[in-house]
Amino acid sequence: MTNTPDSPQGNLWEVFIQAKPGIPHKHAGSLHAVDAESALLSARDVYTRRGEGMSIWVVPSHEIVASTEAEADSFFDPADDKVYRHPTFYEVPEGVKYL
Amino acid sequence: METAEREKKFQEKIDSGQKIEAKEWMPDNYRKQLIRMISQHAHSEIVGMLPEGNWITRAPSLRRKAVLLAKIQDEAGHGLYLYSAAETLGIDRQTLINQLLEGKAKYSSIFNYPTLSWADIGAIGWLVDGAAIVNQTMLSRGSYGPYCRAMVRICKEESFHNRQGYEIMYQLANGTPAQKEMAQDALNRWWGPSMQMLGPSDAASANSEETMKWQIKVESNDTVRQRFIDRTVPQATAAGLTIPDADLKFNDATGHWEIGEIEWEEFYRVVKGKGPCNRQRLEARRKAEDEGAWVREAAAAYAAKQAQRQVKAA
Repeated sequence: MTNTPDSPQGNLWEVFIQAKPGIPHKHAGSLHAVDAESALLSARDVYTRRGEGMSIWVVPSHEIVASTEAEADSFFDPADDKVYRHPTFYEVPEGVKYL
Repeated sequence: METAEREKKFQEKIDSGQKIEAKEWMPDNYRKQLIRMISQHAHSEIVGMLPEGNWITRAPSLRRKAVLLAKIQDEAGHGLYLYSAAETLGIDRQTLINQLLEGKAKYSSIFNYPTLSWADIGAIGWLVDGAAIVNQTMLSRGSYGPYCRAMVRICKEESFHNRQGYEIMYQLANGTPAQKEMAQDALNRWWGPSMQMLGPSDAASANSEETMKWQIKVESNDTVRQRFIDRTVPQATAAGLTIPDADLKFNDATGHWEIGEIEWEEFYRVVKGKGPCNRQRLEARRKAEDEGAWVREAAAAYAAKQAQRQVKAA
């Protein structure tokens, strides 16, 4: 039922904009709209009045699943002790190139 | 975690220059101060459309009319970015809008002055948007992520507003004697309110201590105002206009322009609802809300019908 507005303002949508071909869509902000079509039109009018984008995604805000700041420490902990995942962990003999 | 300990960690995070994001724990008053500031800011963008809207049908050329329309459309967009930023703090947009319509919310007092001549459109872009840019650039370095990001976006768009305003003033000031007089008259009327616009002096500002501790604001009202004055005085000179302040002088030692007394009595009078257009502005907002209700209802009804059709088709 994500398309059914539950307030006179419509539902909240998150807007992602691709500024140029080949680069990822980036979060631009949010807006209220009653359905996907009007969310796209509003996103164009609100966030791309000066050629800021060539593609827009709109996603109902409540569909976004996010990690929480309070659990961030334990959530990202598995990566914290694996320095060997970075190239700088390894010793390269002097004079050896292209590594 | 105890509240005191949380507050300490929160303050440490802010002091180390990290941004706070929407879902993070924050002191109740941090949230309250932000909702107050961001919603006032949003209301100001929306109410700020009214004095300029007054001149759309009477803009002196098609070019000026297109520019003014684009500027006013930007202001609507700025209002929307800001309401969105406020909503990340857990308050509903309609609640904020209702507070404005019921006269319970504040907005920038400068929009309670009338736009009597075309030059006022120039003065607003040059002075009001000029002051807003200096203030918003400072706010973009604040501690709350969503507000800062809205500020960055707004500042980018605002510089066109500032330039188009100055262009109007410059051309009038270098036109016929009557046009020059019109530009000077607009400057005379908008200078005082523009000085007041950046808020009471540090010593008299009720909220400054808390908002600066939490780095919602990273510079004081007086610092921001001084920067605006230093930028604007030479612009007036370049246009051949005179800042209406007999005490204005350049201090060689500090490198800053110094102004005379700001009329704070006027500022507080207008804040409290006794400016020339307070009532007119709120009436216009209420009328727009009422007359636009059918559009929102129709959009909602259409969306509901489409959703039903999709269910049936599935």
